[in-house]
Amino acid sequence: MSDVSYIRRPNRLLQIYACIFLIVLYVPVLFIPLFSFNDSIYVRFPLQGFTTNWYADLMRRDPLWAALMNSLRVGLSVAVISTFLGVLAARAITRYRLAGQNALVAFIMLPLVIPGIIFGVALLVLMSRMGVPLSLYTVALGHLIVCLPFAVATLLPRFEGFDRSMEEASADLGENPWWTFWRVTFPIVYPGVVASFLLTFTISFDEFIMAFFLSSTDATLPMYIWSQLRFPREFPSVLALSSIILLVSFALVFLALRIGRLGSVRKPGAGSNGAD
Amino acid sequence: MTSTDAFIAIREVEKFYGSFQAIANVSMDIRHGEFFSLLGASGCGKTTLLRMLAGFESASSGEICIDGQPMSEVPPYLRPVNMVFQNYAIFPHLNVRDNIAYGLRRLRLPRSKRHEMVEEILDLVKLPGYGDRRANELSGGQRQRVALARALILRPKVLLLDEPLGALDKQLREQMQVELRRLQRSVGITFVFVTHDQEEALTLSDRIAVMAGGRVLQVDTPSRLYEAPRSREVANFIGTMNFLGARVVSRANGHLRLDIEALGQLDLPAGGTPLSEGDRTCVAIRPEKITLHKDRPGGDAPALSGTLEMTTYLGERSHFHVRVPGCDNSFSVSAQNNTIQGGEGQASGRPVWLTWRDDALFVLGKD
Ligand SMILES: Nc1ncnc2c1ncn2[C@@H]1O[C@H](COP(=O)(O)OP(=O)(O)O)[C@@H](O)[C@H]1O
Ligand SMILES: [Mg+2]
Repeated sequence: MSDVSYIRRPNRLLQIYACIFLIVLYVPVLFIPLFSFNDSIYVRFPLQGFTTNWYADLMRRDPLWAALMNSLRVGLSVAVISTFLGVLAARAITRYRLAGQNALVAFIMLPLVIPGIIFGVALLVLMSRMGVPLSLYTVALGHLIVCLPFAVATLLPRFEGFDRSMEEASADLGENPWWTFWRVTFPIVYPGVVASFLLTFTISFDEFIMAFFLSSTDATLPMYIWSQLRFPREFPSVLALSSIILLVSFALVFLALRIGRLGSVRKPGAGSNGAD
Repeated sequence: MTSTDAFIAIREVEKFYGSFQAIANVSMDIRHGEFFSLLGASGCGKTTLLRMLAGFESASSGEICIDGQPMSEVPPYLRPVNMVFQNYAIFPHLNVRDNIAYGLRRLRLPRSKRHEMVEEILDLVKLPGYGDRRANELSGGQRQRVALARALILRPKVLLLDEPLGALDKQLREQMQVELRRLQRSVGITFVFVTHDQEEALTLSDRIAVMAGGRVLQVDTPSRLYEAPRSREVANFIGTMNFLGARVVSRANGHLRLDIEALGQLDLPAGGTPLSEGDRTCVAIRPEKITLHKDRPGGDAPALSGTLEMTTYLGERSHFHVRVPGCDNSFSVSAQNNTIQGGEGQASGRPVWLTWRDDALFVLGKD
C-alpha cells in the first residue's frame, strides 16, 4: 500500500530482531509440550513416538490434586484481596492529593524490585519470631506482597483516566453514592479490575520461592512439581503438568490483556463529523 | 425585588479554598423561569458558585435556598437541580439512549414509557434517531445536546449550565444560543448559565450577574447593564466606555453638581449612587453616543474639541480615537458609516469636535 504513514513503514531490521527475540524466548518453552507427548522417560532426541500416557498418569496422583487445590485456593484468595486492595489504593492515589504521594506509590511498587528470596527469608524470620505457624495462610500473605504492586500497576492507569465529573454527573442525575459506584464507577474501571484479577491469580499460581519458604506440609502446585524433579521417571509427567499450566497461564494473561485493552479503545474523543 | 419572587435565594454566601477566598459575600435572588447568567472573566468564581447550587461544593458560610428549601444539608442527588457540565460528562460506557435515560431509573417507569420519553426529548434537542450512538461517535454540538437532554428529561426546577457553548466553534455556538433560548422558553425551567462571553450573556439572558474576583458587581437586565453600569469595572467589562474623572461639588434634590475634567462644572442625576460632597468619581459615556464633527458645531450644547489620533474602519462603522486636552485617556468614538466615503478621508491630526445628548453622560459609583 502506498498510503502507509511514515511511522508505519515496515522496517526489515526490526522485523528480524523481533523474530530472533521471539525464538529465543519461546523455543525452549515449546520443548516442554513437545516432550510431554514423547513415549520415553528420557528427554532427548530422536523422539520415540506419540503417547498421552503421561497425561493419563497425572490423573492418578492424589498429592497432585491436593497441591492443585491448594494453589487454586491461595491464588483465588490472593487475586480477590490484592485486586480489592489495589482498587482502594488506586482510587486513593488518583482521587486525593495525599501528602508524600510519590513516596507512597514507590513504596507500594517496591516489592517488584526486591528479590523474592530476600522477601521470603525476611517473612519466614518474621513469622517464626512472632510464633505464627507456617500454613497456606502465610503463603497467601507472601503472595499478597508479590501481587499487590501488579494489581496497583494494572489498576492505576484505569483510575487515572477516570473523569471525576462522571461521578458528579451521576449524583446530579439523582443517584446516591452506592448506585453511582455500580452504574458508573465500576463499569468504567471494570476492565482494569478483571485484568488485575487474572494477572494476580496467575502470578500467585506460578509462584515458587515465597511458597517454598512460607509453607509447611501443604504444598502448592509449583512446589509439588519441584519435589517430583528428583525422580527421573516422574519427569515426563512433570512435563505434561507443566504443559497444562503453561496453556492455562497463557490463556489467562492473554485474556487479562484483552480485557485490559477493552474500553481504552473507546475513550471519548470529539467526533470527526464536525457540525451536525 | 421582594423575597417572594426569589426562586433561588443566595444569602451572604462565602467560599474558601484553604485561605483563598473564591466567593466573597454573595447575595442575590434568581426568579422562577428566568434565564439568568453569571458573567465574568475566567477564575472569578462562576463555576464555584454554580457547583454550590448543584451541591458539589458546600458554602463556607451563608445559605442557599431553592424554592424555599434551605440546601445546605441536601446532597447533590436529592437537589431539584440538574447540571450540564463544561465537558458534558457523557458516560462513555453507555449509548445516547442509556445516557439520557440514566436518571429515570428511580422513577420505576415501564420500559415503553421510558423509551417514549427518551424519543420525545431526542426530538426536542433535535437528535432523532441518535439513540444507539456511543459517546465517542458524537460531535461536540451533539454531545452538548445529549447532556442537555439527559438533564432536561428529569424536569428539574433549575438547570445549571457551565459554559456549555465554550467548546463549540463560532457558527455552531450562535446556532446553539438560539436553540437554548427556544428550549428554555418551551420548557419553562429556570436556567442558570455560566459564561465569560459578554455577547453571549447579553444575547441570551433575562438578567445577568457580573462577577469579578469572587464578588458580584451588579445584577441587572442586559440593557440596564449596558446603559447604566453602576461601576467602572462593570462598564469596562461590557462593551467599551469612555471615562472622565470627576469630583462631587454638591448634592441636592437627586442631582449632583460635578466638577469634571475637561468639561468643567455640570449637573447630572445622582441615580442610585451613594456619592456625597467631595467624593472622587467618574462620569461615563458610550462611544456610539458621541457625535463627531469636523467643524465647530453651533449652539451652546457642551462640546469638546480635540485632535483625531486614529481611525479604524470596520465596514458598517468606524472607530475614532480623539485626544482631548485635559483628559488622561483618549476618547473612543464610534460612528455608523451612513455615507459612502464613511470613515475615509479622516486624516489624523486634524481638529474635531465632540457632542452628545444630555442624557448620554451619566455618573458612576465611588471608585
Ligand atoms: N478545588 C479548588 N481548590 C482550590 N482553589 C480552587 C478550587 N476550585 C477553584 N479554585 C479557585 O477558585 C477560583 C475560582 O474558580 P472557578 O469558580 O473555577 O472560576 P471560573 O469558573 O469563574 O473560571 C480560581 O482562582 C480557582 O483557582
Ligand atoms: Mg469555570
